[in-house]
Amino acid sequence: MANILLEMKSITKTFPGVKALDNVNLQVEEGEIHALVGENGAGKSTLMKVLSGIHAYGSYEGDIIYNGQVCKFSNIKDSEKLGIVIIHQELALVPEMTIGENMYLGNERGKKFAIDWNTTYAEADKYLKMVGLAESSKVQIKDIGTGKQQLVEIAKALAKQAKLLILDEPTSSLNEEDSRALLDLMLEFKKQGMTMIIITHKLNEVAYVADRITVIRDGTTIETLDNHGPEPISEARIIKGMVGREMTNRFPARENVPIGDINLEVDDWTVHHPLYPERKVVDGVSINVRKGEVVGIYGLMGAGRTELAMSIFGKSYGTGFSGTLKIDGKEVKMKKSVSEAIKHKIAYVTEDRKGNGLVLPQSIKVNTSLANLNSISNGMVIDQDKEYAVAEEYRQKLRTKTPSVEQLVGNLSGGNQQKVLLAKWMFAEPDILILDEPTRGIDVGAKYEIYCIINDLAAAGKSVIMISSELPEVIGMSDRIYVMNEGKMVSEMPASEATQENIMAAILKSGRGA
Amino acid sequence: MKASSIGAFFKKYTMVLALVAVAILFSVTTNGKVLYPQNLNNLISQNGYVFTLAAGMLLCILTGGNIDLACGSVVCFAGAIGAVMMSNGINMWLAVIAMLLVGLAVGAFQRYWSAWVRIPPFITTLAGMYAFRGLANVVLQGYAVPVENVAFLNIFGGGADCYIPDFFHNANFNMTCLVAAVIVAVIAVLMTVRKVAVQKKMGIIKSGTADLIKSVIIAAVIIWFGWKLANYKGIPSVLIWIAAVLLIYNYITTKTAVGRHLYAVGGNEKATRLSGVNTNKVFFFAYANMGLLSGLAAILTIARLSSSQPTYGQGYEMDAIAACFIGGASAYGGIGKISGVIIGATLMGLINQGMSIMGMDSNYQKVIKGLVLLLAVMFDVLSKREKK
Repeated sequence: MANILLEMKSITKTFPGVKALDNVNLQVEEGEIHALVGENGAGKSTLMKVLSGIHAYGSYEGDIIYNGQVCKFSNIKDSEKLGIVIIHQELALVPEMTIGENMYLGNERGKKFAIDWNTTYAEADKYLKMVGLAESSKVQIKDIGTGKQQLVEIAKALAKQAKLLILDEPTSSLNEEDSRALLDLMLEFKKQGMTMIIITHKLNEVAYVADRITVIRDGTTIETLDNHGPEPISEARIIKGMVGREMTNRFPARENVPIGDINLEVDDWTVHHPLYPERKVVDGVSINVRKGEVVGIYGLMGAGRTELAMSIFGKSYGTGFSGTLKIDGKEVKMKKSVSEAIKHKIAYVTEDRKGNGLVLPQSIKVNTSLANLNSISNGMVIDQDKEYAVAEEYRQKLRTKTPSVEQLVGNLSGGNQQKVLLAKWMFAEPDILILDEPTRGIDVGAKYEIYCIINDLAAAGKSVIMISSELPEVIGMSDRIYVMNEGKMVSEMPASEATQENIMAAILKSGRGA
Repeated sequence: MKASSIGAFFKKYTMVLALVAVAILFSVTTNGKVLYPQNLNNLISQNGYVFTLAAGMLLCILTGGNIDLACGSVVCFAGAIGAVMMSNGINMWLAVIAMLLVGLAVGAFQRYWSAWVRIPPFITTLAGMYAFRGLANVVLQGYAVPVENVAFLNIFGGGADCYIPDFFHNANFNMTCLVAAVIVAVIAVLMTVRKVAVQKKMGIIKSGTADLIKSVIIAAVIIWFGWKLANYKGIPSVLIWIAAVLLIYNYITTKTAVGRHLYAVGGNEKATRLSGVNTNKVFFFAYANMGLLSGLAAILTIARLSSSQPTYGQGYEMDAIAACFIGGASAYGGIGKISGVIIGATLMGLINQGMSIMGMDSNYQKVIKGLVLLLAVMFDVLSKREKK
């Protein structure tokens, strides 16, 4: 049996009113990749905060034993000194600074009042090479993509002489290709003897990369699974531990509703980049969606899916538009105005619910009514009792878990925030809903509920366009699938013919052709 | 449970309690002078401009912590125009309209640079602060221009007779004032009773006791205040203007769509734009409105001081900003209330007045004011920090 590098024993952490962790145990062997899985709010992040010293020694019960020694970290610096380095889900990089500056931020080379830039950049380049980045460390962060930024974070951790690397949802903002590259990099590090803990919602990644898997539910350890068998562990097996029951079906069955006439038709749609107008972000795309139909749009990150959706939604992205947009067969000439799109009964549910979707310091009630204030107002005056009733109605309909609709949206979990965002756009009474990554970053149970809502919308005769980076989701939920790559629509297929293989093949083929 | 509800109470009413504490402190150090009827009357009259400007400033701050640095200079500029017009025998109402329009135009002009050329409002209003101070000087040609129109002074709170006349003609006690206070107090309580009844019926709240107690306390304060003023000369006319401004802006911020948009823009501008709200219009409203209220503040200022001088309005913008932040507005926008502005402005006024009555050196008064602002915001931040 391998050496135990880290052991967390009976960790209990209480916040005022809630027991976030209750007697949690975690054992990590030296040189393994250990996956930590569990639904949102299960306590994974809290556990890692305890480990890295963000929750200082004394604020929790239990012991952390690292390398045979009991540790009493009072802040992150203490844990980093021992080589425990955490990479957070949200990238902590300063866009205006270079890669090298970012990597040694707070860990500067040279003397305190005289930074040695030569050493900084030389060392930075060395670590960049280790993570397989060809960029110079003098390039600014804002000039490289998200996938590469994630690699910079890892290089930054390596520069801190990491022995135990903790990756919190490292692939949540990466596309399939970059994710795979990152996972392979992790496997490569493992060969060199690095120990890693990965927190992720993507169970296929867990099965691919992890040696052992610890499942946490409601603040307690449920089980630790071994993934050394000849077959990778099945996702269903992990899900069972996470939700405490067998999920026989990850996608709810659609009621058999007849699909109606074409509702929205976009033809030869071209959009240019707002800052670099010579660049085509969406290039001659034609799509249509019928009433009662769920159309999936799949594509890698940067394929132009979000840009396509937002440009249809009142030209809220891009410049230099061309092409035609027909609703119910009639051409609509829209100005650059979101309110006009809403008037034409189009809704766009953003992928970035915190940045573009919700007003976090406001209540559920205020967020629900924001896109359709007119319908609850007399002239300029809002009828707040009516507003409350509406918010309450959607809370019940979507089963949003909250004590009251007066609750601030910023205090809700990701899944419940997503429901508020959906409620907001359902209340705007659209006929055409464009859902951009509707299940990003939310847990298995909440995903299922969102899928049910999507099916209900289609059953009510709405036209739904669902953009997603998760292949099983696109295939499981859609009636018809469009595949986008590099701004072009490269393939269209009915869901019955779609497989993960032929969708990826369509992308690869188009890449080679171009 | 009980301890936590007391904690929640302190959290919610930190600044109200601070106001009460400061009032008690000064009544002790001044032997109760600070609460004499005449001094309470002065508290209102001297701070009319703060209430007016702070109401406008709140809307700007709500849109994302944006402030208007120019409003002090605009007060001087608009006031100068009004004073010169009246001294040339132009009808006072024309002068009033001119001052309001000048303010409005300046506000719109400044917002134009921010909205379409994308210059941050901090810069455009800093530029305005210099420019309109200079223009005010040009209009006044460097001299003080007296305001002698008696009707103007009476209506806008200057001179000796700027009070609502007493219809009961008592010699030492202004009965009209007390009656008005009682009527306002009763209306306030009745409105709360009605609101509670409706919300209970709809199941929005379970118990309205807290709301009712609050409204009774507010009513008691109004009657007490009315009684105090009745013992002096009655209702100062400027109080009517302040009350009107505060009521109107309280209504705008809590009940109207444009008010809702102000909060939404400050909370998340992108999300608001993608909800079909024209955010440029929202910013425009906030700044144009700030200009309009600067015009009103100019009217109140030149009436109160019976003249217009090139130095008027200096530092007014800072008083208004301080009142908003003391009253709990967020420096990042999206959070803040008119009721907070009332508390903030009153607290500042009370501290000014208390220290003056104590005869404190005016230099030290400034130091204390600065510390109070710092402490107030610190308390607010600390009490609202989530225990994590």
